[in-house]
Amino acid sequence: MSLKYTEEHEWILVNGDVATVGITHHAQDALGDVVFVELPEVGSSFAQKDVAGVVESVKAAADVYMPISGEITEVNEALRDDPSLANTDPLGAGWFFKVKFSDTSQVDALLDETAYTAFAASH
Amino acid sequence: MSDNAPLLNTPLNELHLELGARMVPFAGYSMPVQYPMGLMAEHHHTRSEAGLFDVSHMGQLRLVGPGAAAAFESLMPVDVIDLPVGKQRYGLLLTDEGTIIDDLMFVNRGTDIFVVVNGACKVNDIAHIQAHIGSQCQVIPMPERSLLALQGPKAVDALSRMVPGVEKGVFMTGASFAWQGADLFITRSGYTGEDGFEISVHNDHADHFARALLSQAEVKPIGLGARNSLRLEAGLCLYGNDIDTSTTPIEAGLNWAIQKVRRTGGARAGGFSGADIVLGQLDGTRALTRKRVGLIAQERVPVREHVELQNMQGAKIGEVSSGLLGPTANVPVAMGYVDVASAGLGTVVNAMVRGKAVPMTVSAMPFVPNRYYRG
Repeated sequence: MSLKYTEEHEWILVNGDVATVGITHHAQDALGDVVFVELPEVGSSFAQKDVAGVVESVKAAADVYMPISGEITEVNEALRDDPSLANTDPLGAGWFFKVKFSDTSQVDALLDETAYTAFAASH
Repeated sequence: MSDNAPLLNTPLNELHLELGARMVPFAGYSMPVQYPMGLMAEHHHTRSEAGLFDVSHMGQLRLVGPGAAAAFESLMPVDVIDLPVGKQRYGLLLTDEGTIIDDLMFVNRGTDIFVVVNGACKVNDIAHIQAHIGSQCQVIPMPERSLLALQGPKAVDALSRMVPGVEKGVFMTGASFAWQGADLFITRSGYTGEDGFEISVHNDHADHFARALLSQAEVKPIGLGARNSLRLEAGLCLYGNDIDTSTTPIEAGLNWAIQKVRRTGGARAGGFSGADIVLGQLDGTRALTRKRVGLIAQERVPVREHVELQNMQGAKIGEVSSGLLGPTANVPVAMGYVDVASAGLGTVVNAMVRGKAVPMTVSAMPFVPNRYYRG
């Protein structure tokens, strides 16, 4: 399954009924050097578009939204210890959390790479 | 300036764009918030080498005439009359209620008083100065001048290579120099806590001069983002955040800016806007209810402006006015106003960040030691 994106500049990668979520390259570039992340608690549930975390650079703070409804199964403790991973490897080692979900239609409705690239270029 | 007025450009706009700066609206101007190096690296570069800042949005003006110093004193709680030629001083324009219209720097240049005010305040400041003392001296805005800041421990090496003699000046002095046909007025001061200079140069020469500075090995361009983190670590107020027309100099802890001669019992005590209130708070005859303090978080959570501060009993005691994770301090640092009962060094208060209490210790400023050159 390929990456999907939100208009809030998260990416999501689905693997079975669990999806990994992070912020996009565009998002980390706009924020600048990330110095702090707040991650959700494992086991907590969120609706789509709920605020599930926070990412902060020296100059700004931004919310991280849930791309889909679901329950948090894992968070990236390495990112908590080294928030700069969100800058250096936003689509890899800088992932934020994993979420177990059931509504695949929410995933299908997210932006694909082409649509997100066009969206990000105008925002 | 209205919010929908077109943005102004400084004379260095083309250079900023060439350097790949991210431009943002600031004080009515399109200004570089950061360059491709990024805020963190720009901050560290300024603390270790030399950073070049375009601060041409700031207001420069001259006060001319035999009555200029006495007139300027009537607007500020500071000693203008006795400031020696060549010396620079920090000043505060006050309302009749003793609150702060703007903070500024001024130099006695002998033939005039050279004043630098905040960009966002300059139109209002010049109108205020003109209205109050325009009949006692000439108030001459200098929109034809750009202002560059070169800051950092190696600023003196870079600038003295181009402009020999600047190395002789000490912190808070200013003098005229020449460079390739351009006249420069250079003060040894700045807004980072580091040694450094602010250079006033005619707009026609600003681009050329800035490029020459950037060709020096130590110098990199630095944006407003790092300017803010540097000044906050240095404990310096940002007008509009940490001081404004709701705060007095004493609440803001700027007592040091009020020389003895203007205080109660001094030879020229009072006689400035809001003197009753300011001097009353200073000499204790008026109650001081809140004070600006420095705060260091005990957890690695940035605490930003407008975050509520509570005492250990959960009562609101104040608010953060500026805060971020200090890149050099390597801890979250902040300034805020708290009730005087909570203003003592070492007092622990709670900052309410997204509903959670982050303990912060009231701490001395600066958060990073100043390294001004005092000779």
